[in-house]
Amino acid sequence: MSLKSQALAVTSAAVVSVGLAWSASADQFIPVTTYDTGPYAVNGQPFMDGFVDYLALLNARDGGINGVKLQWEECETGYKPDRFVECYERMKNSGPTGAAVFNPLGTGLTYAVIDRAPVDKVPVISMGYGRTDATDGRVFPYIFPLVTNYWSQSTAKIKFIGQQMGGMDKLGGLKIANVHHDSAYGKETIPVLAKQSEKYGFEVTHFPVTHPGLDQKATWLQIRQYKPDWVILRGWGVMNQTAIKEAARIGFARDRMVGVWWSCAEQDTVPAGAAAKGYICAGFHGAGTDYGVVQDVLKHVYEAGKGAGPKEAVGTIMWNRGVVNAILSTEGIRTAMGKFGNKAMTGEQVQWGLENLDLSTDYIEQNGWTGLVPALKISCFDHEGGGGVKFQQWNGSGWDQLTDFIETDQSIVRPMIEESAAKYAAEKGITPRDCPG
Amino acid sequence: MFYREAGQFKTSYSADEAIFPIDQDRWGVFAILAFAFVVIPLIADEYWLRSILTPFLVFSLAALGLNLLTGYAGQVSLGTAGFMAVGAFAAYNLHIRIPEIPFIIDFVLAGLIAAGVGVLFGLPSLRIKGFYLAVATLAAQFFLEWLFTRVGWFTNYSSSGVITAPPMEMFGFTFESALSRYMLTLSIVAVLALAAKNIVRSETGRSWMAVRDMDIAAEVIGFRLLHTKLLAFAISSFYCGVAGALWAYVYLGTVEPQAFDIFRSFEILFMVIIGGLGSILGSFLGAAFIVLLPLFLNNLAAVFAGETLSAHMLSHLQFIIFGILIIFFLIVEPLGLARLWQILKEKLRLWPFPY
Repeated sequence: MSLKSQALAVTSAAVVSVGLAWSASADQFIPVTTYDTGPYAVNGQPFMDGFVDYLALLNARDGGINGVKLQWEECETGYKPDRFVECYERMKNSGPTGAAVFNPLGTGLTYAVIDRAPVDKVPVISMGYGRTDATDGRVFPYIFPLVTNYWSQSTAKIKFIGQQMGGMDKLGGLKIANVHHDSAYGKETIPVLAKQSEKYGFEVTHFPVTHPGLDQKATWLQIRQYKPDWVILRGWGVMNQTAIKEAARIGFARDRMVGVWWSCAEQDTVPAGAAAKGYICAGFHGAGTDYGVVQDVLKHVYEAGKGAGPKEAVGTIMWNRGVVNAILSTEGIRTAMGKFGNKAMTGEQVQWGLENLDLSTDYIEQNGWTGLVPALKISCFDHEGGGGVKFQQWNGSGWDQLTDFIETDQSIVRPMIEESAAKYAAEKGITPRDCPG
Repeated sequence: MFYREAGQFKTSYSADEAIFPIDQDRWGVFAILAFAFVVIPLIADEYWLRSILTPFLVFSLAALGLNLLTGYAGQVSLGTAGFMAVGAFAAYNLHIRIPEIPFIIDFVLAGLIAAGVGVLFGLPSLRIKGFYLAVATLAAQFFLEWLFTRVGWFTNYSSSGVITAPPMEMFGFTFESALSRYMLTLSIVAVLALAAKNIVRSETGRSWMAVRDMDIAAEVIGFRLLHTKLLAFAISSFYCGVAGALWAYVYLGTVEPQAFDIFRSFEILFMVIIGGLGSILGSFLGAAFIVLLPLFLNNLAAVFAGETLSAHMLSHLQFIIFGILIIFFLIVEPLGLARLWQILKEKLRLWPFPY
């Protein structure tokens, strides 16, 4: 046997045995794609720990969802689209009913499955990332950029800057530097910033930073010459801490920097040390462990010694975000069960569940999610749900909340989304669905 | 005993010129082709076809391209991923600007465009050699990646810089299913691999090897260096370009320029080194090693996940094991996996009576 055929044989044996192990019970299968390696592992790890911890909590505390146990399998993507596609293909039919929902945790990764998801009938949640115009559920029935998409976030950010300057009319003549990761993720807000600069009369200049963003000396030298009033930081992973340090080096005020929520975790501020003090960034949920659901995780999962990661990570921004993501995924399944019965759901059924997801303030309160999950109402027409954006400031050891939820400006975002989605539909020959509303 | 050519007489010029002069080789190749074209479609499921075999074939093609340049012509290149990107973006732009062209012709044209770019970046090879040439081709890698990220025209002004491969239609048939895509890739790779096998034993291939072994001597005996080296760059880049187009169209579906970064170039170089420099078979073995082994380890890890080892630990272990295996094979057989096969053939020839 050559090496290749040996490898093939052992792999197929491994795949078959995994398949058999899952098909033995009628549980709900949830694929978990993660990145424990590569330049973004520092963010990926706590996120997926939070995700898995919440699933473990549901199994330990409630016996799953409505009595249907949850099962999951992790697959390493390394934040690479090609690896994610392989994970997706491997797991989409796992378990008795196939994958319930995918959470790629990466904009490039989400793009890679946009065409596949409707064919395979597996929903994809890209919570706070991904392709913005997928908010138009008529064209993208299987993609859910839940809570708040990038363009909405950008409008909230400009509103925040307006508030700080003392009114939206003070934005005219300002210079804003958009320091972004040079990837699909980083470039996603360029069109909406252009629209806003037109509307409010500020000037925006884009400063791309090449992946992974360890060397930004030249970029920040240009920023010093440009002398912006505000800097928007749109980084990911190690790029963020480097940017904060470089800002300190050229003496740019950190409280004039606004980070996107993927630049807004302890992993970004702690390594930057004293330079990060005063740094402002966005979020759609809080940090800390003062939430009913987090206390439950500590009690039912960590005290039983079954935590996915270190206990210290519990309550950090990325860990909490993983919990939020898991809550949204499982609530989609729960909603679907309300229609289709208490059994393991198929991807197609979960798609219905996500599309009819309605998290009211009372329901959120009842489950101990207040402050973590915003009230959301998803529809066929709107796959975002209308969450707001909070701004927080790093005080050297923790986060101070600067604002409550700032509403996004849908009068700017929605027409752009519809235009962009229509263009995509035309390119791809998709006939948009009919949606009420 | 199993691999003896004794008794196989060549009685005509055409027999003497056959690609596979030994019967066992010829039947072996037919058997592999039959297996790939007939048996695999019957037994493999969608996951195997779509996520394992198709990427393996695409990277085999890219490794083959680099092997022609590095293994046969002796010109080290770190620009492979850049040339793949040229192929992918050229195929995309040809489609959206001249939609009348069938996609298969797009692929060929994309390969030719990549060949042109390859020639351009191959020009320094006339003056510089070895490591210095590697650094010069690095410029191709960085420049091309920068070009596709920065110049909006190439992505049709897509705001996120991502291109989406159009559906592949020919004579009213759309290559949509995993099987059709696998067959398409396999056909292209089979034809190009056969062509490569032919090129390297032709005058062109011999001139490449002469240049590789000693370029001054090659020049003295009458090979034109400019012509030979640039031809190597052109043909190599053609293969890489087609591989890039396949990667975008057949496997990923959506591509951002970062899919063709410097790490991709290194990966393909490692395939060639581990598989065997100057060997067509080696390109396939190397691609199998680099593409399939991590997937295999990842699948294996899924079996062990749960009680015994944490998921974090497993992800890191995969990296460690992969690294150890690379070192192991390089120590055991520095000439590559293809050399192992060659040794095996020699053993089989004498077995069971070695002397």
